[in-house]
Amino acid sequence: MSESHQLLNIAWRVLLFLVPALALVAFILANAMYLQLMERKVLAHMQSRLGPMRTGWHGVLQPIADAVKFLFKEDVIPAKADKWVFSIAPLMLLIMAFGSMVIIPFGPPTDFFGILSHKVPMLVSNLNIGVLYILAFASVGTYGVIMAGWASNNKYAFMGGFRSAAQMISYEIPMAFAIVTVVLMAGSLNLTDIVNAQQGRWFLFTPLGPVVFFLYLLAGIAETNRVPFDLPEAESELVAGYFTEYSGIRFGIFYMAEYMNMMVVSLLVSIMFLGGWLPVQIFPHALAGVAPIVWLNKALAAIPPTLWLLAKLYFFIFFYMWLRATLPRYRYDQLMAISWKTLLPLSLCVLVASAFMKQLGWI
Amino acid sequence: MINQLVFAYFAVVILFSAIMTISRRNPIHSVLFMLLLFFHIAGVFVLLNAEFLAAVQLIVYAGAILILYLFVVMLLQVDRETKSSRANRFWPWLTAFGVIIATEIALLVLRGSFPGENGVMMRTMPGTGVKELGIELYSKYLVPFEIASVLLLVGLIGAVLLAKKDAKE
Repeated sequence: MSESHQLLNIAWRVLLFLVPALALVAFILANAMYLQLMERKVLAHMQSRLGPMRTGWHGVLQPIADAVKFLFKEDVIPAKADKWVFSIAPLMLLIMAFGSMVIIPFGPPTDFFGILSHKVPMLVSNLNIGVLYILAFASVGTYGVIMAGWASNNKYAFMGGFRSAAQMISYEIPMAFAIVTVVLMAGSLNLTDIVNAQQGRWFLFTPLGPVVFFLYLLAGIAETNRVPFDLPEAESELVAGYFTEYSGIRFGIFYMAEYMNMMVVSLLVSIMFLGGWLPVQIFPHALAGVAPIVWLNKALAAIPPTLWLLAKLYFFIFFYMWLRATLPRYRYDQLMAISWKTLLPLSLCVLVASAFMKQLGWI
Repeated sequence: MINQLVFAYFAVVILFSAIMTISRRNPIHSVLFMLLLFFHIAGVFVLLNAEFLAAVQLIVYAGAILILYLFVVMLLQVDRETKSSRANRFWPWLTAFGVIIATEIALLVLRGSFPGENGVMMRTMPGTGVKELGIELYSKYLVPFEIASVLLLVGLIGAVLLAKKDAKE
């Protein structure tokens, strides 16, 4: 009796790990494919074009066609390349991006509208070090870029790899300080606790919130090598940067990793500043007497929390694409100056200021 | 049981990558094996419930220090490095130094002078221990902590000074 009970217990725990893990992988892969279509569509419409229209209705099958193409194209490894490092580099980026997603909570513990007997958490692993874990994985992800650049044995790839690695290291510092400021406000490293600490007021609306939000968003965009900080991909100078020599599925993996990193940054912005899965509420206290507003707030609160988080996620991903269609690219020296001369001092000041405010009880 | 298996995996990979780090001719391969080493040491920290140390291990060593090594090494001419002789005229001294250090470590381990083995278990803390670590660092160990920071600052300023020498001329 007890032995079978124990076995059942182990099976339950394995299931509790396996099911969310597989669901997460499916979610990430579907997104990595379809975000590319979204980007092409968004850019096209912003530039008065239509984008992919031929494969399926308004190009909905385009990602599948692309995936098939990536899989069946010849996978060329340059003769003078370092074969091992060359093949590991894209995997490194992919694994680090996957790894960061593991601790992101997609909602509060839920029983799926009463289907399950008790509540299960909406994440794969609830690590207490939370955001530090994500920082660790982000910093190791840099290796993928620099390895790809070096192993290709190509001047352009090498320079591109160096540039993006330098950029990622530089922007990691203000990013870390912005995260530390949020941790200070929430009093916890755990992402679920950070969301719960925003009940009533999102961190974006605290006195220093907008500054920290701006710092993190900027550093996050630079960290993912996107416009206006996509120096490594400056095609007029560097062909395609660190993945110049890649082709076939390895090239596809670099693309996927880029979208996955965008997702990580967008999810973290939503969780740390926009209350994660907490619903939008329009002045619940100030307008408590106005009936339509109260109904609206109730309706907004009735939307499942996970949908709220996803809405915020896709808003920020859209924001990324919006920036790409709008802004020109910075010069390399400007890029470094922004990080070291502006963002770093600013983030330090904000950290010290918020520590004081926390001590005085103003936050 | 599972813990021991996981530890065995970490131990084997740590030893393997440590040996590979010092035996590769290509310095870049050495650095990459060292990254593997750091990763698995972080794994051992997680196994000991020291999640914070694991994260710091990766952020500081892998994310900052090792990547600077990689930058420097990549700017070298790898071809020349791989073909040059591996021993220089100091090798007897260095060997002696290595033997002394190895003996010391072996003695330390064999005598079992770590607190855990003398029956005094380290205090386990609920949660991550980040708060406790911070409080200790900023109260009990404030002076050593500040001295370490000043030393790092001196190193930083020294590096900038050396690098800036040409700019004035």
